Amino acid sequence: MSAEEQTIGGLKTGEGGIIISKLDDLLNWARLSSLWPVGFGLACCAIEFMSTASSAYDLDRFGVIPRNSPRQADVMIVSGTVTFKMADRVKRLYEQMAEPRYVISMGSCANCGGPYWEHGYHVVKGVDRVIPVDVYVPGCPPRPEALIGGFLKLQEKIRTESVLQPKALEKIMKKDAV
Amino acid sequence: MLFEEIKSLVQNELAGAIIDEDQDATPKALIISNQFIHRVCDFLHANEKTYFDSLSCLTGLDNGEEKNSIEVVYNLYSIPYDYHLMLKVELSRQNPEVDSVSDIWKAADWHEREAYDLVGIHFKNHPDLRRILLPNDWEGHPLRKDYVEQEKYHDVIVKWKSENE
Repeated sequence: MSAEEQTIGGLKTGEGGIIISKLDDLLNWARLSSLWPVGFGLACCAIEFMSTASSAYDLDRFGVIPRNSPRQADVMIVSGTVTFKMADRVKRLYEQMAEPRYVISMGSCANCGGPYWEHGYHVVKGVDRVIPVDVYVPGCPPRPEALIGGFLKLQEKIRTESVLQPKALEKIMKKDAV
Repeated sequence: MLFEEIKSLVQNELAGAIIDEDQDATPKALIISNQFIHRVCDFLHANEKTYFDSLSCLTGLDNGEEKNSIEVVYNLYSIPYDYHLMLKVELSRQNPEVDSVSDIWKAADWHEREAYDLVGIHFKNHPDLRRILLPNDWEGHPLRKDYVEQEKYHDVIVKWKSENE
């Protein structure tokens, strides 16, 4: 392409140009624009999760593509009732995810035990007793809009991160110290 | 075939097997003596007149300390005759033990495991009496009236606490 074609009316088009950015901004932009969740569901919230991924709500437009392996995933959506039997598996899936990793707790059950808070001997009263949670999405189950809202909240959170201060790591170290 | 006919059939074949009956139950129920349950089931399954070839459901019940009994409820169904029958067995709450019927109906295998898991009924001669729903290292049987949740499971507190608020 000749030099003449790169300008329109004397203005630069940007083709072949350079964009200058801060490393933090670049990394954060990359991370928050491709939040890949682990594709697994625990209860009725998973139906709403699936609905969110459907064409009507189109989760793809946020760069959210469910992955079938925790190794390839950035975010875990705990969509449903976490039983004590499942809690061990949830924890293992979380541990298999590579840093940086995030957790969205979806729905009342995952947030605090939900309707099982009193008599659910088999239900973990909040998945945050097992793994650290970044965003809580309320609802029983939350509508797809609410889950998308949760993703936007998580994007907001990632936007403030810095490579010099890996927050997730700090959080874990803080937890171990207690 | 009528309920009364089945009752007399069993009475003629196995004297003393039927302790009582429950006409209010749906379907009508025969209360069977603990020692006879396997023989009664075998008879109802094999007899050409009854031919109860399907075990629709098997349930364990805890009647609480007042009644001091645990029940096992068998829902039988005869596919060719389209007839339903309920059998009940009452067991002691201290040592709930009854013969397994899993050699008659394969369906009983998992149902009995569930009754063992949640109510703690021991089924004699069961091929594989393990918990089916709860993890293997769970303590106690949750559908017992006197069940108390364990404090922690794998270092996670079981009870909901007000600091969640």
